[in-house]
Amino acid sequence: MIRLTHDPIDPAGLTQLVRSPAAGAVVLFLGTVREMTAGRQTAFLEYDAYPAMAEAQLAALDAEARARWPIVEAAIVHRLGRLDLGEISVAVVVSTPHRDQAFDAARFLIDRLKQVVPIWKKEHFSDGRTEWVHPGLPAEEQPPRSGADAERSDTL
Amino acid sequence: MIVSVQMFARARDLAATDRVQLALPEGAHAGELKDALAERFPALRPVLPALLVAVNGAYATAETVLFQDAEIACFPPVSGG
Repeated sequence: MIRLTHDPIDPAGLTQLVRSPAAGAVVLFLGTVREMTAGRQTAFLEYDAYPAMAEAQLAALDAEARARWPIVEAAIVHRLGRLDLGEISVAVVVSTPHRDQAFDAARFLIDRLKQVVPIWKKEHFSDGRTEWVHPGLPAEEQPPRSGADAERSDTL
Repeated sequence: MIVSVQMFARARDLAATDRVQLALPEGAHAGELKDALAERFPALRPVLPALLVAVNGAYATAETVLFQDAEIACFPPVSGG
């Protein structure tokens, strides 16, 4: 199941959606809005997307994962619009017969999502400045501090 | 041919529009599209090498051929998640 939504993401509901007697493992990944990035304090994030292409790219990733792992069910949901600190921006949940498959497939899906799906986050910092996050591009308004470029709101 | 190009995120902000129509030679490539965008919107020039082009929902390379009724988009590196 692929979905872009402006509504809050329900991780329990998504987990229930993929549970199955055919699966021995369910892995849920949540990306959440982090307050501090490279010493700068985020007030909130704003997510924008190119919806038609984002859904097509997510569907392609889903198909690629199903070709590589014996996925019983999978769901990928990304939220758009304004998100406050701690809110869930993205959920990936996968069920498979065994746990290694579920971990690997979920990792693949979130990693590839961040590389290819046309969704963008805009930082709204606590000092009032705003900045689109574009990995590989210089910051808009302030020179980035060391290491500030790439990762923003989630994965370790 | 006239192509319509959607723009997103910082590209949209720098161009100050979310959609632009450009006149390109028949059979123009995505690389030529970026050149035309730079000409129309000088503010895009600093980020131009990093901008991505999509044609009908798929990523294009510089050599991808454009056509009149294609759904074309141009945007900076993605940052979902």
